Amino acid sequence: MLAPIISIRGLHKWYSGVHALNGIDLDIDSGQAIGLVGDNGAGKSTLIKVLSGVELPDGGEIRVEGRPVAIRSPRSAMQLGIETVYQYNSLVPNMSVARNLFIGREPLRFSVGGVGVMNQRKMRRDSTRAIVDVDLHLRSPDTLVAELSGGQRQGVAIARAMYFKSKVLILDEPTNHLSVRETAKVLGFVKGLAAQKVTTILISHNLHHVFVSCERVVAMARGKVVLDKSVAETSIDEIVDVI
Amino acid sequence: MAPPSSDLTAAGPKLPMKRALKIYLEKPELAGILLLVVLMAFFEVRSHGVFLSLQNIRGVLGLLPEVGAVTIGFAMLMICGEFDLSVGSVFAIMPMSIALMLNAGVPFWPAFAVGVAICAVIGFLNAFITLRFDIPSFITTLGMLFMVRSLTIVMSGGFPPLLATDKVPMALFTGFIGGGLFRASFIWFVALVLLASAIMSMTNFGNWIRATGGFIEAARSMGIPVGRVKFSCFMICSILAGLAGTVQVFRLQSPFPNLGESLELQAIAGSVIGGVALTGGVGTAFGAVVGALLIRVIDNGLVLSRIDANWFKFAIGALTVFAVVGNSWLRRTARRIKLEV
Repeated sequence: MLAPIISIRGLHKWYSGVHALNGIDLDIDSGQAIGLVGDNGAGKSTLIKVLSGVELPDGGEIRVEGRPVAIRSPRSAMQLGIETVYQYNSLVPNMSVARNLFIGREPLRFSVGGVGVMNQRKMRRDSTRAIVDVDLHLRSPDTLVAELSGGQRQGVAIARAMYFKSKVLILDEPTNHLSVRETAKVLGFVKGLAAQKVTTILISHNLHHVFVSCERVVAMARGKVVLDKSVAETSIDEIVDVI
Repeated sequence: MAPPSSDLTAAGPKLPMKRALKIYLEKPELAGILLLVVLMAFFEVRSHGVFLSLQNIRGVLGLLPEVGAVTIGFAMLMICGEFDLSVGSVFAIMPMSIALMLNAGVPFWPAFAVGVAICAVIGFLNAFITLRFDIPSFITTLGMLFMVRSLTIVMSGGFPPLLATDKVPMALFTGFIGGGLFRASFIWFVALVLLASAIMSMTNFGNWIRATGGFIEAARSMGIPVGRVKFSCFMICSILAGLAGTVQVFRLQSPFPNLGESLELQAIAGSVIGGVALTGGVGTAFGAVVGALLIRVIDNGLVLSRIDANWFKFAIGALTVFAVVGNSWLRRTARRIKLEV
């Protein structure tokens, strides 16, 4: 039996008097698609921030594939294969799709102390391929992200995570402020991830979205996990009751 | 919806041209370049052909490196989302400290190195105070503007010290080369423009500067060391300002303590005219040079066309507003060119 890809034990986090995470235990198996739900302030965003290296926990243990890890920064999370797609925060509007795809991880022709000349041909070629791989159709990798629709932007962010072979993809409210059609498109991307055996954590207010695209649902309230069941064994009513 | 085949025949051949037009309209330095061409033509006619004479071009290009270098550093900092009002004061303190050290018997190169180090420290402090206490760099560097200016005047005792010109390797800085068409400073400046442009467009560091100023949350969440990027830009900006001031003093051969006053406003104007967005994330080093050159062209052109030189500031002001309005209009036009993305 393989160790869970992410294993969390007794995770705590305080924000000046607020106990945002109060002893979280959670195991996530490789290839699972998990829906993380909860009301505002339940602690789901805090949990995600800890996993993606934006916030440091105050106590507890995180293991990735069985090894204890310290996720100190977004970069260290990415090095562990944990990538996060935020509702807004993941692309720079005034930069091209190709540059956004490789932001912070630019392929270099040569470098001195980490700074060097980018291989722009590789960036354009690979970003074109990465975008086709998630079934998104853009005419040119030179298009500015500002000109893309909200759904297309999430597609680019997901393509980026796939290109860098992330093992765990966290999607933080990826469908907020999207039209119905765009939302369907993004949920389609999420299903595509499951087919490719990428572990996915989907945070959403919308329980319907979780039920159509995830196999397991974890509900949080007041900094604790209050429900953890397979989608088949629970119902929207039961979840609404506990959160 | 039209069938795809007819769509292709209608839009097919036109598409590359439309795309090219869109790409050029989106270039942030385009408005500046157009204005430069128009103004040069205007002054050439008004001055009856003197403006583009070899003699006059030599004059314009002789002064360009000084304001130009300041503007490039300023523009890089602005693209990364910060601001430095202290460039004018730093412009004065480096040559002042070099002149005083030379007079105290320090050899040239150690004095020069200490001068650069002083600028680096000022840039570091600007960054440190801004980032550590999370206050707008506008405030930090406004404070630094006054403090560094005051220090420069205190150091000089209120009077410009003599510059020990015999100790300075003038040929390296302001000596004429190539049959007297350029000063050495112009060669350094061209090298700087090429280097800064290459950094901004070809290196990952340039990518990080743009991302940091364009959308700092995204840059941070993608693991870009935004703090270090800002520190570097603040320090680059200060060092370039100090070097530019040093070149100016070597050219004038006298370190006035009030050198470079209100230079920060010219650097802002130059950057903005050259297409750098006040909000960060947009702009090029080349655009900043175009902006700085425009200011020099107006300064020089007004004199040659026998227009009262007191109109200089009016012209710069009008140009700044006009360039920004023109730029946003060009970009809106570009956006309106509908291309399937």
